[in-house]
Amino acid sequence: MRTSRVAAIVLRQFYLLRGSPVRLLPMIAWVAIDIVLWGFITRYLNDVVGGGFNFVPALLGAVLLWDFLARVMQGVTTAFFEDVWSRNFLNLFATPLRISEYLSGLVITGVCTSMLGLAGMLLLATAVFGLSFFVYGLALIPFVLTLFIFGIALGIFGAAIVLRFGPASEWLIWPIPSLISPFAGVFYPLATLPGWMQAIAHLLAPSYVFEGMRGVIAGHGVSPTLIGAGLGLALLYLVAACATFASVYRYALHSGLIARYSAESAA
Amino acid sequence: MTSESVLSVSGLRKRFGALLAVDGVSFEVGRGEIVGLVGPNGAGKSTTINMILGVLEPSEGAVRVCGRDIERRRSEALSDVNFAAAYAPLPGNLTVAQNLRVFGMIYGVANLGPRIDALIEEYDLTAHRDKKCGLLSSGEQTRVALAKAMLNRPRLLLLDEPTASIDPATARDIRTRIETFAKREQCGVLWTSHNMYEVSDVCDRVLFLSHGRVLLEGAPDALIREHGAKTLEDLFVAVVHETLHQPEGA
Repeated sequence: MRTSRVAAIVLRQFYLLRGSPVRLLPMIAWVAIDIVLWGFITRYLNDVVGGGFNFVPALLGAVLLWDFLARVMQGVTTAFFEDVWSRNFLNLFATPLRISEYLSGLVITGVCTSMLGLAGMLLLATAVFGLSFFVYGLALIPFVLTLFIFGIALGIFGAAIVLRFGPASEWLIWPIPSLISPFAGVFYPLATLPGWMQAIAHLLAPSYVFEGMRGVIAGHGVSPTLIGAGLGLALLYLVAACATFASVYRYALHSGLIARYSAESAA
Repeated sequence: MTSESVLSVSGLRKRFGALLAVDGVSFEVGRGEIVGLVGPNGAGKSTTINMILGVLEPSEGAVRVCGRDIERRRSEALSDVNFAAAYAPLPGNLTVAQNLRVFGMIYGVANLGPRIDALIEEYDLTAHRDKKCGLLSSGEQTRVALAKAMLNRPRLLLLDEPTASIDPATARDIRTRIETFAKREQCGVLWTSHNMYEVSDVCDRVLFLSHGRVLLEGAPDALIREHGAKTLEDLFVAVVHETLHQPEGA
């Protein structure tokens, strides 16, 4: 793997962000709206429910972590969509660029853009609504890492779908986090779900994160099993997503999809 | 493949379902040689070019660039190749200099800054250096695409209708630049065009492609003489007419 090629993919995204600051806005604006909305909901719940239970780390923390996952995914897919929108595949893939280098560039871009969003969310949630991540302790590190890896996997999988089915399938990609969230138990314990939804939840890495997070807040400590299961699953999803993208890319080379990829021609 | 060949294509076939788009095409391109790939629409020119560029997998046959098989050593082989095509403009939301930097890094060009400066000057792009490519005229975009195609000093240059949709004066200027580059750098060029005047003016050798097969091959002047045509365009029309009225599979 050549670092200069990976850097080229990242640099292209940096140029785009620098050339059009409007692109920065969605990274912060939507998550800020979520934080403000859920911040006031948690404040209200703290007032009316009482009993000493603090909704801020339970709900606002969950919103923040879920938004982080969605940002990571969108950071990867948006970087990929830039090449879809500018019909750049022929230019890119008729070069020495390897698919691993291209994906690495997309992932690094996703990391950078999601970190920007995370910083904005943290600032707002901490300064305005008093969310302190210290309540999660050191468990926060594997929690964030798991969501981060799972977000990358979703982003790569989303890119594979768009490469295979064409630009029109873009609309299938954006709602993926919303589709997963009811199963992931972001706001409620998995025990709340019916059996069949719980079965699906156990296959999703984020459900272990949010279940673990609630355990920490409730004072039950961190379950290494939950952390290990979540992290392991996230890594499995990442490997599966990379394999899916590589397989779709091979199909695209065989069928000629790369050469004629455009809004009009993609099947 | 001879030691002087930069490109060797042998027995290349591409099948899309029932359609045989390229049917056993074989040819070579030598160092400093400009070879024209001509034929009617749908003859298989772009399909052939896409297979040479490694963005389309052949059903059969092999492509070797400077002795390296494109399927087995894709990344190494493509380091020595570059291309420009009228239908593949560079991203319009990056400036000329930014596009050249990004692609220069992908090709691993040494001393990239000075190389970009030199190409920007050579292709009269100084005034457009910091303009977004999408804001440039067709001729200017073609010059940017050519500057990008020269970035890595390729040993094989693929040009798919590089002068399509640009005015005759700019087209002539572009032809001169490509010829100069090919001779100076001893770069083999495979050039597709529908402009037969351009092909006879620039190309050392021509391949006539029809229904995915090479029907004629030779130097433009020799082909015109051998077939008793007045111009390459007349020969092109006659060949196309003949193949159109030929029974399928003949």
